Amino acid sequence: MIKVKNPGLQTTVQDYGRIGFYEVGMPPSGAMDKYSYTASNLLVGNDENAAVLEVTYLGPVLEFQQDAVIAITGGEIPPKINGEPVSMWETLSIKAGDELSFDFVKGGARVYLAVAGGIDVPQIMDSRSTYTLCGIGGLEGRALQAGDVLQVGTDHHHVVKSGTRILEELIPVFSKRHEIRVVIGLCSYRLTEESKERFFSIDWTVTPEANRVGYRFKGERLNFVEREQPFGAGSNPSNVVDLGYPIGSIQVPDGIEPIALLNDAVTGGGYATVCTIISTDLNKMAQIKTNEKVRFIPVAIEEALQARKEHKQKILQMKKHIEGNLEGQMNG
Amino acid sequence: MAKSIVSPIPGVFYRRPAPDKDVFVKEGDQVKADDVIGLVEVMKNFYEIKAEADGVIERFLVEEEGLLDSGQEIAILIEK
Repeated sequence: MIKVKNPGLQTTVQDYGRIGFYEVGMPPSGAMDKYSYTASNLLVGNDENAAVLEVTYLGPVLEFQQDAVIAITGGEIPPKINGEPVSMWETLSIKAGDELSFDFVKGGARVYLAVAGGIDVPQIMDSRSTYTLCGIGGLEGRALQAGDVLQVGTDHHHVVKSGTRILEELIPVFSKRHEIRVVIGLCSYRLTEESKERFFSIDWTVTPEANRVGYRFKGERLNFVEREQPFGAGSNPSNVVDLGYPIGSIQVPDGIEPIALLNDAVTGGGYATVCTIISTDLNKMAQIKTNEKVRFIPVAIEEALQARKEHKQKILQMKKHIEGNLEGQMNG
Repeated sequence: MAKSIVSPIPGVFYRRPAPDKDVFVKEGDQVKADDVIGLVEVMKNFYEIKAEADGVIERFLVEEEGLLDSGQEIAILIEK
């Protein structure tokens, strides 16, 4: 058992996501930075879909009431056990009675805390991920609160040696300026040529409205091509006839502030989506904080697929390295 | 001893609990450790900024509804 003494700002249970229900309006939720999430599970020998804690900006204070193997990855929110700094991106042992806490965020925005066995909460539509807007998944469908108790599950296959580290070259570094790659479309034809050009040539600032649902950006006003309102579309020039929103798509309601739709976002609607963040860069988006600057870089689908391939190779490299540091298999 | 109170998170700074309420503390006011001196709003959450020790709030370094970075100084506390 793990007792929550202080929940932090927004700490939720997340796994790989609630996949396969998008067409009925259910967003995937799940860990926002899948790269760090996967690394944390690998480091504790877990199933790759095991549930972990996703911590945003401000870490929780947790009291472990059993011995456990844990790993902390993601943004730089320095962890401490009983007040002593411990490493991130490394397999750690923690004893019953130990307290895990965190220093203030130094880089990135989200940390993943995996416990060998995973966080055990009921599966809702095949997933343990918390989706707070609907109040499902995770612990009672909400972020953690002081006094909560988390149970440890049995989703692990291997015992990884304490001190096993992710190779240095595979650990991401975080800055305050970001380049996020996007594929243009589906409704980019609605923007004027000039606005399209401006969208890709200015620095967009992340507003305080930036969470698991979406990130809102401030920059400058964008304009849409004049048109006759089609049947079924809203009257605003940024409206189109309803469509399914790709995950990571960016829309610009009324041309004022672009919004990137992320893991907990609405699955469809009537705003023109001008581009879509490539899947690997969604991991980077998850580590961007309010007030930081983002430049959107248009790429071809081939480059997006190449990036995905490289991402998979990095995960494979992690796996191979960790497989060389096993103490044993789990039974069953 | 002068000590700065910093925000652990980025967001919008508020000195009042609600728009029609008085500020939590004024410059020159005495505070006790754990007294709330302001709020930071981010991701539709409000996080309370507290004084870490007893003392006097000498001045605020951020204006009402100012945008904060994580680690940014909010106020100067003169410890007693």
